[in-house]
Amino acid sequence: MSTPYDIELQQVSFQYDQTAVLKNISLQVKQGDFLAILGPNGSGKSTLLKIILGLLKPSTGTVHLFGKEAKEFKQREWIGYVSQKSNSFNTGFPATVFEVVASGLAKKTGLFKKLPNSKDHLVQEALSSVGMEKFASKSIGELSGGQQQRVFIARALVSDPKCLVLDEPTVGIDHKHVQSFYDMLSRLNSERNITLILVTHDVDTVSNRISHVACLNQTIHFHGFKQEFEEMSDEDREAWYGHSVRKIHHVKGEACNHD
Amino acid sequence: MIEALWNYEFLQNAFASGLIIGLIAPLLGVFIVVRRLSLIADALSHVTLAGIAGSLYLSQTVPLFAMLNPLYLGILSAVSGSVLIERLRRLYKHYEELAIPIIMSAGIGISAIFISLANGFSADLFGYLFGSVSAVSRQDLWIVVIIALIVILFLRFFYKELFVLSFDEEYARASGLPAKWIHILFMIVTALVIAASMRIVGILLVSSLMTLPVAASMRLAKGFKQAILLAVVFGETAVIIGLVTAFYLNIAPGGTIVVTSICILLIVLIGKKIWLKVVTKDEGVVTS
Repeated sequence: MSTPYDIELQQVSFQYDQTAVLKNISLQVKQGDFLAILGPNGSGKSTLLKIILGLLKPSTGTVHLFGKEAKEFKQREWIGYVSQKSNSFNTGFPATVFEVVASGLAKKTGLFKKLPNSKDHLVQEALSSVGMEKFASKSIGELSGGQQQRVFIARALVSDPKCLVLDEPTVGIDHKHVQSFYDMLSRLNSERNITLILVTHDVDTVSNRISHVACLNQTIHFHGFKQEFEEMSDEDREAWYGHSVRKIHHVKGEACNHD
Repeated sequence: MIEALWNYEFLQNAFASGLIIGLIAPLLGVFIVVRRLSLIADALSHVTLAGIAGSLYLSQTVPLFAMLNPLYLGILSAVSGSVLIERLRRLYKHYEELAIPIIMSAGIGISAIFISLANGFSADLFGYLFGSVSAVSRQDLWIVVIIALIVILFLRFFYKELFVLSFDEEYARASGLPAKWIHILFMIVTALVIAASMRIVGILLVSSLMTLPVAASMRLAKGFKQAILLAVVFGETAVIIGLVTAFYLNIAPGGTIVVTSICILLIVLIGKKIWLKVVTKDEGVVTS
């Protein structure tokens, strides 16, 4: 039997107050994929992620996670979640980086139990993989936006997930740190074979790192390898995005923005 | 004072319950403050008042209620209030804070009716409103002990989930934690702590013992456990100083405890400001 997809959506639609947000979405993500979900504002990107994470239930259609139907799937710790920095927490919260990362073990440890003694080691390991090992005793509020976002990745990594879901993780991060942030994601993908699903507007910064692209605007307009996406015609892009989008041009690692 | 404590049971009751409440109110208070539920604690305390006032009225009219400790009806209304607030918060999804004035005014309104029916304020009621050193019975003390055990067990079993929930609710739900159930349990435990604290600090000031020590500790703590520890230290200090002064000056302990908490908060705020000034000055000298 072939290995099941990490994530598989079939004919998924979602309505909010009778307004269709997602229509007829089918999407497969297999282990080790680095998928970027692109789309204009209001195209339903975050809703799609919430459906994958089980935060929202689709109006119709089915979601399979690691070969199991979503409601039967109990190993939620296999899917790590990193949300937009801006709306995830209150910067005045009195917690150390260590406490925040250790909290990523809560689900895996199970109800009624204390975090295991191995947590010190696991937290340090997760922090080193995002280059934040020296910050464990700092207060989370003292860190810069980019550093905080690394800590949240460490929180997702500490439970040893097979897949990471990231919702515009670079919003509010200083531009010069965005590159190194994506470098780190690429490393996690190539060295640890972690599946990555990334919603982003940084089309150009990520385009040389990802393996797959899904273009979303209520429905999926394109889903396939990055190479095919780059060969997409201007008309197709316009049909998807709603207005003109320039092709991606790479100039010495830097890239132009789409309009 | 120590001799009096040795001789009078009422003083033992008051001090023992005071020390327990000084522990559990700030302990739970840290979670209440970081989850931005401080005002909900206030609303719940007013609902508790409705239960107490109802019980005091019934004790005058229905012989059966004369034997009943008003705390029981207080606890019952606090717990039902906490469940109701949650329902309202879900009903007004985009205006969650609307649940607070609805429940609060319902609580005060019902209390006003019962208080009027029971022919106005009595010494009993005054004790419930602002706390009392002399009115804490042995039975009250046992109720406080049982509630404290529930709080400690609750935090022992759900600490890590509560931390995740407080820090980042969406993440908690995304990682598959039973966020909804833990939150409902949390609200019920909060209602219990409010009912327990009421005898000492009084209904009108209950939420202050859950929020003021935390407000001070948050200015100093680097981490969450440290914030909890400091809040408990500040809470206990306020309770001890407050109860002793209340005893000697014959004042309602609610007042003295809250004023002590405010003093602690002021010392922390001013102390931190001065300390920050000294530190930046020192750094300035080094760098220049």
